[in-house]
Amino acid sequence: MTDAPSAPAVLVEGLRKTYGATVAVDDVSLAVEHGEVLGILGPNGAGKTTTVESIAGLRTGDAGRIRVHGLDPWTQRDALVRVLGVQLQSSALQPKITVREALELWTAFYDDPVPWGDLTDALGLTEHLDRRFLDLSGGQQQRLSIALALVGRPRVAILDELSTGLDPRARRDVWRLVRDLRDRGVTVLLVTHSMEEAQELCDRIAIIDAGRVRALGTPDELVRTSTAATIVSFEVPGRADLDVLRGLDGVTTVRVDDRRVVVEGAEDVVLAVLAALDAQRVVPQRLRVAAGSLDTAYLDLTTTLTEETA
Amino acid sequence: MSTLVSPGTVAVLRTEARLFGREVGSLFWIVAFPVVLLCVMGFIPGYREPDPELGGLRVVDLYVPVTVLLSMIMAAILAMPPVVFAYREAGVLRRLRTTPVRPLTLLAAQVGLHGAAVAASTVLLLLVGSLAFGTPVPASPGWYLLAYVLALVVSFGLGAIVTAIAPNARIGMAVGMVLFFPSMFTAGVWFPVQAMGGLLQRVVELTPLGAASQALHQAMAGQAPDLQHLGVMALWTVVCFGIASRTFRWE
Repeated sequence: MTDAPSAPAVLVEGLRKTYGATVAVDDVSLAVEHGEVLGILGPNGAGKTTTVESIAGLRTGDAGRIRVHGLDPWTQRDALVRVLGVQLQSSALQPKITVREALELWTAFYDDPVPWGDLTDALGLTEHLDRRFLDLSGGQQQRLSIALALVGRPRVAILDELSTGLDPRARRDVWRLVRDLRDRGVTVLLVTHSMEEAQELCDRIAIIDAGRVRALGTPDELVRTSTAATIVSFEVPGRADLDVLRGLDGVTTVRVDDRRVVVEGAEDVVLAVLAALDAQRVVPQRLRVAAGSLDTAYLDLTTTLTEETA
Repeated sequence: MSTLVSPGTVAVLRTEARLFGREVGSLFWIVAFPVVLLCVMGFIPGYREPDPELGGLRVVDLYVPVTVLLSMIMAAILAMPPVVFAYREAGVLRRLRTTPVRPLTLLAAQVGLHGAAVAASTVLLLLVGSLAFGTPVPASPGWYLLAYVLALVVSFGLGAIVTAIAPNARIGMAVGMVLFFPSMFTAGVWFPVQAMGGLLQRVVELTPLGAASQALHQAMAGQAPDLQHLGVMALWTVVCFGIASRTFRWE
């Protein structure tokens, strides 16, 4: 069976993977369009890495099917490796290999490699070419790992915890690289713990928890479904009855931060809050209305993390 | 370059060769140490006198096959498994599975390079032995080569067992030692197999290194090795690689 040209770049249908009694992935379905950057978020142990490793052909699911550019990763790995570039969460290289040797080695694997000098320039590795893997810092090892994932000019790139362990400057470099990939039409699956990274880079975000996709949408869509889609904040010169605000439909929380009242709630709480204040004859000052962050949407959608941190 | 060998495979071999060149410890134990040991034996005066109990041979003559086999078990049982453990534990093998090159290529390159180091050691041993102490060179080069290749393959079979049954490097070191010392003994490092005689010799001949020692000794003297010795090595090879291929884990 061949997939139509309009088929998604990556298709996951009903993926399930268990290890003994542990269900790593319960039921995950995803369709990633060509040239899309899809973020995969979720708490530790949610099944993110198992999902992307199944897509990379490193694990075979117990149920479901996966197609990457029409290829089955579980039976057609020889063809798959030519369209796929993978940066694994935890994988080292030969301890005594130098950065240059690793890049030259990986370059030899592919028919149409990217000149690796471009990658080392973009990733700030050029001054470390003769250092051994063992002697690199964690962040440098991470950047080399990203370079190796991209040297084969993949059509689909899987980046698992891309920026973990990177300093802010290196993180910016890596983000720019991901944007370049998208500009060149490369499909990217980005596993991350960073809301900021997801919001910056991803066209859509899948939130996975307990082996299932809890939500899938653009960052804006996810924020809008959040119980704190909108944040209204203001100062009151005199006294105001905040309990009235708490009772309003759609309001999630009301708190006072350094004399500023902060109201979080659904998209349409702004007018209700203003009306309630007006009824008390309170005129809010320095009023600000802001979109909520992905953090709250994420916390709403995932349960295990909040239990763990409680 | 032949089309059978992909550029990726060539690159793996070249890179692993460079990395192997950085393993000074392995190179010393595989290439240099057996030569040093042969020289030590050669400098003991009594070992250079023909011994009627050894059929007129000198002890130093018997130590040529012994040191050749020592180089093999150093390479296969002590030097190579830690590389495999390191590659497996660091995820190098796993990472390669996401590229057009198979992780088996990397292991094959390592076996090939360790084998090449053994071959270099053997050439040195035959040269040094012959030039410095007048030890014989193989009188039946064809039979010698056959016995040699079988001995090398069965040694790597023992190494393969170590990498397959040990779950990690720490246990791997222990398993390696457990296999290494009996292998040294049966190869004749303490007491050449040809000088053992009696029941002990009968039993040692049934071990991989004992059979290898006898086969190399016979080929050196210009005889065809006994079928029994070649058969024992072949059988151990099949058993070792059979177990290893069933139990080896890539990650």
